[in-house]
Order: sequence, then C-alpha cells, then structure tokens
Amino acid sequence: MSLTAKDKAAVTALWAKVSGKADEIGHDALSRMLAVYPQTKTYFSHWKDLSPGSAPVRKHGKTVMGGVGEAVSKIDDLTSGLLNLSELHAFQLRVDPANFKILSHNILVVLAILFPIDFTPEAHVAMDKFLSALSLALAEKYR
Amino acid sequence: MVVWTDQERAFIQDIFSKLNYEDAGPKALQRVLIVYPWTQRYFGGFGNLYSAEAIKSNPMVAAHGIVVLHGLDKAMKNMDDIKNAYADLSVLHSEKLHVDPDNFRLLADCLTIVIAATMGSSFTASVQAAWQKFIAVVVSALSRQYH
Repeated sequence: MSLTAKDKAAVTALWAKVSGKADEIGHDALSRMLAVYPQTKTYFSHWKDLSPGSAPVRKHGKTVMGGVGEAVSKIDDLTSGLLNLSELHAFQLRVDPANFKILSHNILVVLAILFPIDFTPEAHVAMDKFLSALSLALAEKYR
Repeated sequence: MVVWTDQERAFIQDIFSKLNYEDAGPKALQRVLIVYPWTQRYFGGFGNLYSAEAIKSNPMVAAHGIVVLHGLDKAMKNMDDIKNAYADLSVLHSEKLHVDPDNFRLLADCLTIVIAATMGSSFTASVQAAWQKFIAVVVSALSRQYH
C-alpha cells in the first residue's frame, strides 16, 4: 500500500493547512494516547507529570510533530529520509512498533476535531497511508 | 463482566443523546469504504462505489449507515451485558454475512473519527477513552460467536 502521487499531494495539501497548529496537534494526540491507551505510559515513567497540559507532554508533542513535519518534507523517500529517527527508536528508545499505530490513530482523531471540514474521507485515507508508511520507515532499523 | 464507572456511563449516554444517526451513520460507513476500500467486498449489491464521490452520494450506503449505527443502541441500553445482547448479531455476521471481524475494528475507528469531528473539543481525552472502551466491548461481543 505505497503512497501514490495523489496521496502525496493530499498529504502535502493537508499539512500546509494544519502545520500551523502542529504543536497543539502533537500535545493533544499524545494526551489522548496516554489517556485512552494507558499501557503507553510505561514509556514515560521518567516524567514527573503525565497529565494533559503538563510541560513534558507539551514538549514531547512538539518533538513528535517535528518528526512528522520532517517526514512530510521527505515524503518521496521516507526510509532513507528517516534513517536517523529509525536508529533512535530502534536502538535507544526501543518503542514497540505497535505503538506507532496507536499514536497515528490519535493524530487522526485530533485532525478530525481541529479540522472537521478539511479532514475529508479523501484526506483521511491519504493521511492514514502516510502515517503507516512513516511508521514502517521508523521501524526499519529494528531488526 | 465489564465494569463501568459512573463517569463512563454518563459519557456514553451523553454521546448517544447528541448523536444524529442520519448524519453520523452515513458518514461513518462512507469513510470506512473510502479509507479501507477492501471493505467494499461486502457491498457488491450497492451499485456504484467506484470513487469517493460515488460512495458519498450513494443512497444505499447512506441508508445502510443508519441501520448499522442503530445497531449500537443495543449496547447503549444493555451496557452491563453487551456480550449476550450481541449474541444473535454475532451469529448473523459470522454465519450469514461472512464478515471478517477485523472490519468491526475498522468501522469503529471511522465512527470514532466521525464523532470526534462532530463533537469537536467536547470529545475530550476522557470521553474518548470511555467511547473507545465501549466500542471495543461491542466489537468483542460481535466477534464472539465466530468459529
């Protein structure tokens, strides 16, 4: 299920509309992930505060969406473009790749909430494919 | 047995009280057919599903979306025994409709997104958690009679 030219155009167009709120999207998606899928909290035992609105959650939401933005700019070759991030996740963070799907889902929910008109079914399918491709590229170095 | 807190029950009742079946039902089914096109395999008799536009204007899809969404009423009214409330529907989906149960999860995700878009910021993380727990129980109950 690789990204077609149409998918890439849709993702780029949607990103242009939403990237201004990237920090908010990241913060909200992360907050939802921690609340709706409590097992994800196991990766953040080193944070003092895991509640929505807390400093670590905000900061990390910003970091994660920075990664998503980078991926959009490298959409033509995610695997090579995200090599460093893949190594980080594989060797240092060692996040179980199943969690990429969970965070992706929450990003989609936040997009639906913040951009109900722009997040059409067509934009949704392109974004879902993109986040899946991104997750695959992130998992590239795992084994 | 699934344990619901009072807050979870209240959140679920609130979502259903605000739910516009004629709007959300069609939107959810259209979205699942567009986002996960292989789900179209179950709707061979629905006519033109060849493009997102066709799906969005297909009257059979819209009508069926409403039917499917009302299927959730049973769970809302029987929250303490969703498992048994869905026994017959589970048999139907397995024996007669031959639907791969993974599709329930896909539809659940699309419905979550439609409800989120409609409710906006009132679909908080806590509300989302209650809703996803509820829908996961329904999906599990619908999958239960498969063999």
